[in-house]
Amino acid sequence: MSGLTYEQSPTTEGEEISNYTINFGPQHPAAHGVLRMVMELDGEIIERIDPHVGLLHRGTEKLIEYKTYLQALPYFDRLDYCSPLAQEYSYVLAIEKLLNVEVPERAQYLRVLFAELTRICNHMLNIGAHVMDVGAMTPNLWVFELREDCLNFFERASGARMHSAYFRPGGVHQDVPLKLLTDIGDWVDTRLPELFGDAMSLVTDNRIFKQRNVDIAVVGKEDAVKWGFSGPMIRAAGIPWDLRKSQPYDVYDRMDFEIPVGTNSDCYDRFMVRVEEVYESAKIIKQCLAEMPEGPIATEDRKVAPPKRAEMKQSMEALIHHFKLYTEGFHVPAGEVYVATESPKGEFGVYLVSDGSNKPYRCKIRPTAFSHLQAMDFMSRGHMLPDATAILGAIDVVFGECDR
Amino acid sequence: MARVLHPAPRYATNEGVRDALCAALGSMVVDSIEEFGEIVITVKRESIEDALRLLRDEHAYQQLMEIAGADYPSRAERFEVVYMLLSLTKNHRVMLKVSTDEATPVPTVTTLWPVAGWLEREVFDMYGVMFDGNTDLRRILTDYGFEGHPFRKDFPLTGYTELRYSEEEKRVVYEPVELAQDFRSFDFTSPWEGADYVLPGDEKADTPPVDDPKVTEKPSDTGAGAKADEKAANHVSAGAPAEEDTAIDTEAPETTEERPDREASEGDVHDTKGATKPEDKE
Repeated sequence: MSGLTYEQSPTTEGEEISNYTINFGPQHPAAHGVLRMVMELDGEIIERIDPHVGLLHRGTEKLIEYKTYLQALPYFDRLDYCSPLAQEYSYVLAIEKLLNVEVPERAQYLRVLFAELTRICNHMLNIGAHVMDVGAMTPNLWVFELREDCLNFFERASGARMHSAYFRPGGVHQDVPLKLLTDIGDWVDTRLPELFGDAMSLVTDNRIFKQRNVDIAVVGKEDAVKWGFSGPMIRAAGIPWDLRKSQPYDVYDRMDFEIPVGTNSDCYDRFMVRVEEVYESAKIIKQCLAEMPEGPIATEDRKVAPPKRAEMKQSMEALIHHFKLYTEGFHVPAGEVYVATESPKGEFGVYLVSDGSNKPYRCKIRPTAFSHLQAMDFMSRGHMLPDATAILGAIDVVFGECDR
Repeated sequence: MARVLHPAPRYATNEGVRDALCAALGSMVVDSIEEFGEIVITVKRESIEDALRLLRDEHAYQQLMEIAGADYPSRAERFEVVYMLLSLTKNHRVMLKVSTDEATPVPTVTTLWPVAGWLEREVFDMYGVMFDGNTDLRRILTDYGFEGHPFRKDFPLTGYTELRYSEEEKRVVYEPVELAQDFRSFDFTSPWEGADYVLPGDEKADTPPVDDPKVTEKPSDTGAGAKADEKAANHVSAGAPAEEDTAIDTEAPETTEERPDREASEGDVHDTKGATKPEDKE
């Protein structure tokens, strides 16, 4: 940590210790990316935190204005690179809402399935990182195994481990082989609970882990609402608010799952909410696998989704549609929508303004971490310096998304 | 609206909500629309704080999820600031809008929601919209010392400055943007649906008919100049270089007789650019 301004030693002539300011980051292993926090400390007590974000600002929203709707999709993978498919979800739903296009059932099930795999994937990273931030090494290595499995599933479905670009307006990009679905089923039944259970057995009742997390950064219900909390942050505060349940999209309304909530609204609760969510996600995945029907994986509306490759060899019409979709793209009726989904980190929203052309006029992305990080100051006030890493870990912040 | 086919998030019904909210907001409302299942209410700029307070306290829209800016340069008040509200108890969303220009500040809502602080900072940073009463209106996402407001429509996508680490100076240096190739913008819009360029050949369709059509009946009509006219009047293609040559070219001068003399075209004869932009022709 650099930027030490001045500190007067208490041993010299009995002078008072002044507050001093340190830079936490931008290069700091516990900053979860490029976060610079200017901390004003009184000894080891945090008096004030001024987070400086934007070090990873790439102007995604501006770039999207220069791309067609389909070309803009991969930018969403690159926002929160720990849960790529969850970001795509809001975007494709926003487009579908403007187009009012019907999505086949199989595609809806596939999207829910992979969104939940993404949630597990994301929580594996966050849980591991959070545990490591407060001193434990082993669980992180174990849960990374599971994360690796998830990434392999994504690769088998879409061809890419992380930046899948798998969800498309009107459905998904391609169908998955049956073997992949059975493998996911086996994994959810055997490997996930075993490995995850083992890893968590080291952590959840661990004395050191509890010392570092329990009663740290307690946020009341009222504050959680006022500060725009969402996702595990608001659920840890005891508010059972989950967009999958309250504002269901795709086939979430058919899924049977519980919303874990916290009681104490501290860092430990946020952690435990995520742990429980992993098991709930596994439940949803199992239901998806059991109920998923056969059928098309994207809308039959050729003005939105491209035809199959084989069809193009036979049909001139299909060839034209394919060409037009990948050059001009589709036109979206003029209007504006705000669509938010439950990403693993909270409410991830897309405010999409269309002027009727083939490019978005404005695409505002509502990042989850932005509001949470803003509350960093009031959450960590009065806490010790090492608590800042625990608080930050429990927020689950990823800067690709926060800075856009 | 037509039947809902899309699978986007389904929250509580919009039925009657727009009327109820507009009635409650009364004279503050400028406009309201309900489209694509979204309720958007435009309110007077100066009363946005009162409007949001009313919705928060009386109509249970407890959470401010987002503040989005948008730029419409053709309008008198070019910027829009959109507030996304969420009701946790009613399970409903609504959007409120105000418009403003570069100079006129919008009242802050940090008094209602502390979360508005950063959200307003972002709109200020990206669009230059001022928020009256926000005590911490610093830039947030752009670089330290950044100038301009990058999300405005008249701000170029590539920006104005680029930075790199200079090995000589041992520090990061800022330089004006130099593009290795021109910024490419592909316009694939169908010519039948709002493309703003002319297809090759289409410009001919718009040319008005001329009273005195151009002909080359007489040598003087060719416009090749007096010298050429004289030559042409001789009706003899002088200087046929065929004398020493073998018989290969002997027929060539014959054919030129039929054609008007003209200057050799400059540049690439295959260049068809001129067809799309006739005014560029030299």
